Amino acid sequence: MALTSKPIEIRTSPHIRKAISVAQIMRNVVYALLPICAWSVYKFGLSALLLLLTTTVACALSESLFCWLSGRNNTVRDFSVIITGLLLGLTLPPGFPLWMAAVAGFMAIGLGKALFGGLGYNVMNPALVGRAFVQAAFPVAITTWTPAFVPGRFSEAIPSTLTTPFMTPPDATVWIQALAIDGFTGATPLALQKFEHISASTIDLLTGVLAGSAGESSALLVFLCGLYLALRGMMDWRIPAAVFTGTILTSLPFYLVSPEIYPSPQFMILSGGLMLGAMFMASDMVGSPLTPRGIWLYGFSIGFLTVMIRLFGGLTEGVMYAILIGNVLTPLIDSVTQPRVYGARRQEERP
Amino acid sequence: MNLNRIFNKYRTFPHGIHPLGHKELTAGKAIRRVAFAPEMVIPLSQHRGAPAVATVVPGQEVVRGEPIAEPGGFVSVPMHSPVTGSVKSIDALVPSAAGPKVRAIVIHTYEASTQEVLYDCPRDLESMTSEQLVQAVQDAGMVGLGGAAFPSHVKMLPPKGKKIDTLLVNGCECEPYLTCDHRIMLERADSLIRGIEMALRATGAGRAIIGVEDNKLDAVVHIRSRLPSGGRISVEAVETKYPQGAEKMLILALLKQEVPSGGIPADIGVAVYNVGTLAQLGDLVPESRGLIERVVTLSGPGIERPGNYLVPIGTPLRFLLGQARSRSDANEIIIGGPMMGMSVASLDVPVTKGVSGVVVLEPKDPDQRPRPIYPCIKCSDCLDACPVNLNPSMLGQLAQVREYGTMEQAYHLNDCFECGCCSYVCPSNIPLTQYFRIAKAINREAAVAAAH
Ligand code: SF4
Ligand code: SF4
Repeated sequence: MALTSKPIEIRTSPHIRKAISVAQIMRNVVYALLPICAWSVYKFGLSALLLLLTTTVACALSESLFCWLSGRNNTVRDFSVIITGLLLGLTLPPGFPLWMAAVAGFMAIGLGKALFGGLGYNVMNPALVGRAFVQAAFPVAITTWTPAFVPGRFSEAIPSTLTTPFMTPPDATVWIQALAIDGFTGATPLALQKFEHISASTIDLLTGVLAGSAGESSALLVFLCGLYLALRGMMDWRIPAAVFTGTILTSLPFYLVSPEIYPSPQFMILSGGLMLGAMFMASDMVGSPLTPRGIWLYGFSIGFLTVMIRLFGGLTEGVMYAILIGNVLTPLIDSVTQPRVYGARRQEERP
Repeated sequence: MNLNRIFNKYRTFPHGIHPLGHKELTAGKAIRRVAFAPEMVIPLSQHRGAPAVATVVPGQEVVRGEPIAEPGGFVSVPMHSPVTGSVKSIDALVPSAAGPKVRAIVIHTYEASTQEVLYDCPRDLESMTSEQLVQAVQDAGMVGLGGAAFPSHVKMLPPKGKKIDTLLVNGCECEPYLTCDHRIMLERADSLIRGIEMALRATGAGRAIIGVEDNKLDAVVHIRSRLPSGGRISVEAVETKYPQGAEKMLILALLKQEVPSGGIPADIGVAVYNVGTLAQLGDLVPESRGLIERVVTLSGPGIERPGNYLVPIGTPLRFLLGQARSRSDANEIIIGGPMMGMSVASLDVPVTKGVSGVVVLEPKDPDQRPRPIYPCIKCSDCLDACPVNLNPSMLGQLAQVREYGTMEQAYHLNDCFECGCCSYVCPSNIPLTQYFRIAKAINREAAVAAAH
């Protein structure tokens, strides 16, 4: 018998594992983000490409730096940092100065991830932490929107993109006026809706031919990419489902009371960063709750907060803060929604 | 929660996993006898409870089926000689699947013997009282053949004040690779039904339900066609899902009831038996024979001739694997199924009463690939897999910081029955189940230390 010739291995049960690993999940999220990135590059041209590259490279370099500083193995290869970079790039305006984008990337990893101990330990979504940081630091640049489908966008970057580091970007309005695009006001659909009560058409929102940040583009495309992940079991479909439900339930009463002032639920879902946020950021596993009831509660809260900020806050877009608040609430949500263990006595049966 | 798995028409329990079954390797293979090994090793503690006490001395001749050890207490069973031969030694330190060396009776097989079971005497079941039946079950040395190896007669006598009204017969066989119960249901349905009727009488239960996973509908149809009239016994298909065959999960699926935390099925009037156990009972008790062989599935990529074999208890693995032509590059040998079974450290480990399968894996098997461990990414897959609704992610994090007490008090560690679902799904490859095993052992030791 040949069996004696070789050492046999001792392992602990279970001896088989599901063929899916963290690296695979992360890789697939990157794949799912690529079509969205491609569309935004097509839409905004060279600037969007440079922006996405800058944030991704900045995140990867920062991750390596922090790993080196803390003496851990370099974790760039688990792909999660690429996701952060791409997501961050997608949330910024296409003409965002690259040096600011690099700062955002550094902050996303440093403040949002490394500070907590790296992958799995971060409380908030790192991409959103980076974005929140630059929102506070560069309030003008982050609300400067440029039109989509500018002719010559593939050969020439938006002027503000190449601002020298630590300089204020040139005023975009000059450039936009020079392009002489009729009717472009520099406002996103959300801003138009909020201040002038003009709702963009559903079709435009679905295909994303409007102004906005690089990733606030085609709601349909983002949805399909998210669906791919959900079907592969790499994203928890309950989270986007709960976010949408929360958004609809919160915005519907307002819309029913006065449709002239308040936007319709479908506008709420399709506009701004909600789709991207629900599909790729709220559903980020690390910052979302573990328990089934917690997951629904978390999603609902994000939907609810988004609508509240959009309707009554000072900002036009509330997804980012809604998700960050959701992230922060996660440990609390988890601790109050622990599932009932099999065979444990139900509350009413307790003596 | 997986989007694709929302609909299924058969009953089941919440959560659980769907590992690849690999049952096609052996499901169609009829049960075959294997040869007798030249030397049989019968450990005295191959069941839960007190070890048996040897009644033979070295040099003594034994006949196949003869009792060679008596029960060491109420929760204990006797042993019977699997072969005709002579006792070689008794106090040998033989390796066991679990690791520690155990006492065993080693019997040298007479090669010239016909190995006929001569040690039996038919008896009339109808005239036996339920007490006599329970005694007969203990005398047969019966233990749960599904893997738990808990003495069968103990479950027939519920604690004082409890009454058994329902008998569940577990034909789920939810572990990947294993098909021995499937074959038993197909080939020995009449023995199974005889065993069920006996168990109904011994326990006083009014009805019996056989639960079979829906990947074995042929067995469901076959047993239904053999059922006696009267309607006390029924067959139900349940969803194919691991761990459907766990006692508590089967009770939940079929009866919509939960066993209280820390309790036993008898607390809600239920006793659960494996189909293999009852089929054996149906064969052994009417003849007053002892349990000397069992059906074992030999399977896995490392086995050249996978199949379901009738193996004498005490056959060393080395001999058994030689019979089934294990491939030379096999690197992990699992006793039981791959979800809850144990890898053995030595091929001298014998087949015992609780061994339902031997699965041999090769290095090139995808399950044997290196598994880098990442931190917990809070994906919640483990929560959606845990059949008893624990929070393995939290438990795992607590285990890493050695908060074993908190795990038990605040996160119900002791309700974990080590099914392995959480480790199976974890994309970070955290050995959660192993953490929990260790944590429980440490808590047990701490409790013992505190008591002294
Ligand atoms: S091993 Fe324990 S914690 Fe893990 S899934 Fe099974 S019962 Fe739950
Ligand atoms: S499956 Fe693993 S990574 Fe996911 S939550 Fe559970 S322990 Fe964490």
